[in-house]
Amino acid sequence: MKKTEKTTYSLDFMRRLLKGWSSRLGFILLALIILLCLFGPFLSPYGVNDIDLQNMYTGPCMAHWFGCDAMGRDILTRLLYGGRYSLLLGLSSALLAAVLGIIFGVVAGYFGGKIEAFIMRFMDIWSALPGMLLCIMISAFMGAGFFATVIALTVGNIPGGVRMTRGQVLAERKKEYIEAAESINGSKMAIMFRHLLPNVVQPMIIITTMSIGSMITMAASLSYIGLGIQPPTPEWGAMLADGRVYIRNYPFLITFPGLAIALTVLALNLLGDGLRDALDPKLRD
Amino acid sequence: MADHSPLIEVKNLKKYFKVPSGMNHAVDEVSFEICRGQTLGVVGESGCGKSTLGRTIIRLLEATDGNVYLHGEDITHVKGHQLKQAREKMQIVFQDPYSSLNPRLRIESTIMEPLKYSGRYSSKKKMREEANRLMELVGIDERLRQSFPHELDGGRRQRVGIARALALHPDFVVCDEPVSALDVSIQAQVLNLLMDLQEQMGMAYMFVTHDLSVVRHIANDILVMYLGQAVEKAPTEELFHRTLHPYTKALLSAIPSTDIHKPMQRIRLKGEITSPINPKPGCRFAARCPYAAEQCRQPQQLTEILPDHFVKCCRCREINGL
Repeated sequence: MKKTEKTTYSLDFMRRLLKGWSSRLGFILLALIILLCLFGPFLSPYGVNDIDLQNMYTGPCMAHWFGCDAMGRDILTRLLYGGRYSLLLGLSSALLAAVLGIIFGVVAGYFGGKIEAFIMRFMDIWSALPGMLLCIMISAFMGAGFFATVIALTVGNIPGGVRMTRGQVLAERKKEYIEAAESINGSKMAIMFRHLLPNVVQPMIIITTMSIGSMITMAASLSYIGLGIQPPTPEWGAMLADGRVYIRNYPFLITFPGLAIALTVLALNLLGDGLRDALDPKLRD
Repeated sequence: MADHSPLIEVKNLKKYFKVPSGMNHAVDEVSFEICRGQTLGVVGESGCGKSTLGRTIIRLLEATDGNVYLHGEDITHVKGHQLKQAREKMQIVFQDPYSSLNPRLRIESTIMEPLKYSGRYSSKKKMREEANRLMELVGIDERLRQSFPHELDGGRRQRVGIARALALHPDFVVCDEPVSALDVSIQAQVLNLLMDLQEQMGMAYMFVTHDLSVVRHIANDILVMYLGQAVEKAPTEELFHRTLHPYTKALLSAIPSTDIHKPMQRIRLKGEITSPINPKPGCRFAARCPYAAEQCRQPQQLTEILPDHFVKCCRCREINGL
């Protein structure tokens, strides 16, 4: 009995998520990108870091669909392989930032007083530092590598989420259902995370899906100055940064990584809109 | 039916709020008691502190001064386990059925919340059974248990709110204008439901409202509040037939008459309600009272003018020719 209820709920959720054409398009696009990045490199006849000096700057052709870069490496292969890093970097840092932002925001908004003042003033100081600078500082401190990059990207994005969530909580906590939860002996944890949280996350979902794109480009800037993911490991942002120098002579060097990032961000935004609608019980038909 | 040791006793309860311009005396020296199975109606205009009074009693707000006794035990400042126990015995039904239910929780989950927090139930299955029993008790169709609040109309939502309040078999329920947000046709249904439940379960109600016809229908005793203070308290019929306080007179004169041979004789009050922030000592109604005199500037006491009939007015006997 319980099992069937659960499945129908998730089925119902999926159905609502994929109802609109835009979120369906986003879902298909994202699924396609993820599948390609996972399995694409195995299908390619070229290795990721295979240098072929005879094919330096070869434009798109039958043998190299997206052309070759300054060292004759096949761009399509590198794009597919690098997608794994870019997507994972963007997703994990955006999610981590969102989760931390929501937790601190809910705590600050719910408790108020000194706890709120402490968290918010700390966030003020935090966000007074330019995000990029903070990123560079942390990367420089923690060294290069995937994990360090995730942390560096996350840190700069926490204050915005905290501020956003706190504002939502302030509006929501005055409502009577919060008082009701208190009067029936709901613990502070239950009130914060069972009653407040589901009612304040909506804007954060949108912001998070949108921030994935900017995370990917920010990761690119990091690799550009030698932090972040290290060459020769490909990563979309890094490929974009590498090709930037040759933009006049070989525009395809940046076209394809740029397109990949743009398509991913588009897919995420479309999906984010659908997700928001699907999660809102008021929009259920 | 009613035994006469008070179930809940409120003594000189005060609730002040700090505001930039001073102290807002939202509730000032209010005392009363309610016995098992009885209903006390609390009436007064908007902003007179009725809701604050209810919330302070059930410990949603911390009292500034005074005491609340539940079953003779002082619960004004209890904490932890004792507070939890006290809250299980005192519940509240809110005014707005739209904001008093979590929009993300299904009806059944909302009703199961208090059961879950009480820790009295060992399994989810038992909680669900109890939730279904409660839904039946308040008259919500079983097919609605997986619905979300916004899919229900106001009356049904209010029934969900009532089911949630009654889930742990409280002894005392604060009804904070539970019908004022509902259509008139639904109001009667919800009122009758509340009265039926009281008969079945023997709870005491504190019924906060500004609707005098509602309170006449449901309450045994009435407490009239003006600017945070109790100005008159009497059994319902006594209050309606022998109104003593000038403010209550004005309030009752505002009830529309349905008898064309007895036209309304409305007492119109002049002036605005005075500010509850740092009020002057003395009668707070004096600024608008047609009988105001010099002695009204002195602090007033709630005195028993007639048996069981308490009035806070120094000129009461004089005005009413007693």
